[in-house]
Amino acid sequence: MSLDRSDLEKIAHLARLAIAPEQTERYAADLSNILDLVARMDAVDTAGVEPMAHPLHMTQRLRPDNATEPDRRESFQAIAPLTEGGLYLVPKVIE
Amino acid sequence: MQNKTIAQLAADLRLRTYSSVELTRHYLDRIERFDPRLNSFVTVAAESALAAAERADRALKAGDSGPLTGIPIAHKDIFCTAGIKTSCGSRMLDNFIAPYDATVVEKLAAAGAVMLGKTNMDEFAMGSSNETSYYGPVRNPWDESRVPGGSSGGSAAAVAAHLCAAATGTDTGGSIRQPAALCGITGIKPTYGRCSRWGMIAFASSLDQAGVMARSAADAAFILDEMAGFDPRDSTSADVPVPDYVDALDNDLKGLRIGLPKEYFGAGLDSRIAASIQDAIQEYERLGAEIREISLPNSPLSVPVYYVVAPAECSSNLARFDGVRYGHRCENPRDLEDLYKRSRAEGFGAEVQRRIMIGAYVLSAGYYDAYYLKAQKIRHLIADDFKRAFAQVDVIMGPTSPTTAFPIGAKMDDPVAMYLNDIYTIATNLAGLPGMSIPVEPVDGLPVGLQIVGNYFEEARLLNVAHRFQHVTHWHQAAPKGFE
Repeated sequence: MSLDRSDLEKIAHLARLAIAPEQTERYAADLSNILDLVARMDAVDTAGVEPMAHPLHMTQRLRPDNATEPDRRESFQAIAPLTEGGLYLVPKVIE
Repeated sequence: MQNKTIAQLAADLRLRTYSSVELTRHYLDRIERFDPRLNSFVTVAAESALAAAERADRALKAGDSGPLTGIPIAHKDIFCTAGIKTSCGSRMLDNFIAPYDATVVEKLAAAGAVMLGKTNMDEFAMGSSNETSYYGPVRNPWDESRVPGGSSGGSAAAVAAHLCAAATGTDTGGSIRQPAALCGITGIKPTYGRCSRWGMIAFASSLDQAGVMARSAADAAFILDEMAGFDPRDSTSADVPVPDYVDALDNDLKGLRIGLPKEYFGAGLDSRIAASIQDAIQEYERLGAEIREISLPNSPLSVPVYYVVAPAECSSNLARFDGVRYGHRCENPRDLEDLYKRSRAEGFGAEVQRRIMIGAYVLSAGYYDAYYLKAQKIRHLIADDFKRAFAQVDVIMGPTSPTTAFPIGAKMDDPVAMYLNDIYTIATNLAGLPGMSIPVEPVDGLPVGLQIVGNYFEEARLLNVAHRFQHVTHWHQAAPKGFE
């Protein structure tokens, strides 16, 4: 598997990472090497094998739909980079 | 004091030979003296440690104490600690002070253990050498030019140099067992779901598990007794009763069936490490165990499968670091997308970015079946190999790592070479089984680890098997020179 510069740019966008142009080729080469390692899977016949998503084959637990957590907005927002009036601030999205 | 076992320290504390405050000060002094050489701590929490020690002393005085009351330990910096920085080894969380304690932290504090500080680690637990940390590499106390292993390298080095009585770690693909092997200590990764993941910063949620790094199986049993158990706040926590791990330590090993997977003794294993492992197996035969050769035919695929499953889950888990709610935020973002992209590119190191991108790629439209689904199917085959093996044997043994500790910098330019360090440990995580590493005879003065893998929820048996070996050998008592 060989990824080129434009593949890498697409992946970086999906991952929301600003990769500097001078690093693109290096990352493309590293990712290509990792995908070569991963390609060893291709030799295995997996017809009829169930995918395993979870090691213990457990089902998701459910609980009654009651509020159990206290309101901790202040302590959670105390560690945020930018807030105002109980809201998280980001650059303007809608003009 | 620092050479004593947890049981001896607890007995001394109960007899008031010394107080927990004195013991805590002793460890804090050692950290101040020796850690500049090792870099095993990101944060030393002297003030809160001494306050916890005072509370422990009051409990001891009142006769209201347990086996861990007043015992100084350290936590890997992946466990959230209210009021004390939790960095996960990343610039992204260099300014992060969690508003709550992880369940593991809460449980050990409730048992009276004193937290000395937070240990260094590979960034977001992604690494096998502790070199990807934002806070710089940790050095191996047995040879300071070498790595301690990773990702729980800080915990391993701190325990090996006797800077704490024991430490917590986490293991996603070998991150407790491999550094335990490279630093000559005892490490246990319990069954997936055995210890709560709540407040433990997520890397790969179907693989991550908290465990213990200690100087002996007996010490590890005391800690695991308090850490393990069901937690309703972790949706994947196992609701399975926890036995008393200390009680089971001395069980007889006569008739124990040990399986040696032939795939773990093939090409790629240093022959001197193979000889150390074989000597340890012979010791087990003298203890009454029966040895059988077994096969885990799909285990060579565990590294390729892991580098699909773990990055896929990591790309999803690390999507939460967006520069909005907590963690690093870039300066002067042009718009929301620029805020996300630059905050993440500045906050994450190269290895984390590689894994996020691999994950985004294997999950992207058109590639899901070929990568993620394929990997999940082979994961099933790997788990079935273990199922067949455990129909014939009680435990599986082999090397923990194919090499001893390697020089700092040796593998940093070749991610794939670094990944192959975990060739013997990853299959256990994919299957969700418990595994341990204990020290056996060193090679050229560098520690070697014997890996012991058990069936689901058989941590008690693993600790018992490790303890009986440590009862008749002394490798676990060896200490690196220069830290007296």
